[in-house]
Amino acid sequence: MIMRFIYQLGSPPYFYALSGRLLPWLSGICLILFATGLYGGLVLAPADYQQGDSFRIIYIHVPAAWMSMFVYMVMAFSGAMALIWRIKIAEIILINSAHIGAVFTFLALVTGSIWGKPMWGTWWVWDARLTSELLLLFLYLGVLALYSAIDDKRKAARAVAILALVGVVNIPIIHYSVEWWSTLHQGPTITKFDKPSIDTRMLIPLLLMAVAHKFLYAIVVLLRARNDLLWRERRSQWVATLFKDGS
Amino acid sequence: MGSFNEFIHMGGYASYVWSSYGIVLLAFGLSIILPLREKRQLEKRIRRIIQNEQSSSSE
Repeated sequence: MIMRFIYQLGSPPYFYALSGRLLPWLSGICLILFATGLYGGLVLAPADYQQGDSFRIIYIHVPAAWMSMFVYMVMAFSGAMALIWRIKIAEIILINSAHIGAVFTFLALVTGSIWGKPMWGTWWVWDARLTSELLLLFLYLGVLALYSAIDDKRKAARAVAILALVGVVNIPIIHYSVEWWSTLHQGPTITKFDKPSIDTRMLIPLLLMAVAHKFLYAIVVLLRARNDLLWRERRSQWVATLFKDGS
Repeated sequence: MGSFNEFIHMGGYASYVWSSYGIVLLAFGLSIILPLREKRQLEKRIRRIIQNEQSSSSE
């Protein structure tokens, strides 16, 4: 059953139709999550006893940083699928994740910098966490540059898949950097195995925002993938049928 | 959270907090709007391709 679903998902018309039906639902849920998460984070959560209201940057900084790594893992996973099974949809997910992945990484760096200024007294330090996150941004940009440099898009996707897989070594470095090296960056608050060291009223909005970011990623990647698919398959029968029906 | 002014003031960190949120809003807005605009343009181009093929095959 699952294999049949994956096989169907690999078929462009099926993927196009399914994603089209999913998008309004994803958008609705995403908006609700952002609204509740922002209200909880900016209004309901109490100010931090050390950082005051500046800690509220956490609600955009931490989800963006998580997404920067999550999207990269999705890219690497799709890259592996594209290399092993030559699935066109996997290639399309891979390359269309790179833009929004770069956006998340850029936002993690910028909001972190803006948060760092009042808390650390500096916009930037060349420590392991910040440097490895910056490297991640360059990996995303490298993927985009490599893809656009190769004209044959199937070949380009394979080259990009290899680059994405090699870059995976950076992900555990980012994650553990605050434990392996001493730094200004605070240690993990949420993903500790014992009780998270954060007030519930602060934690719940953060989790809502994290899920909202996942939905946003899904929406953006589907929008981009659908465009990509439509253009690649513009001479195929299913696209012609789609446009004949007046949609 | 007493008043609206207090909320805007963010305990003195207003410029840091609101600039962060502003940048994020701008980036997310563009990430949604750009693919939507691209879709409209693609649809126009594909419609033209299909029309050209139909007119050339009917000749």
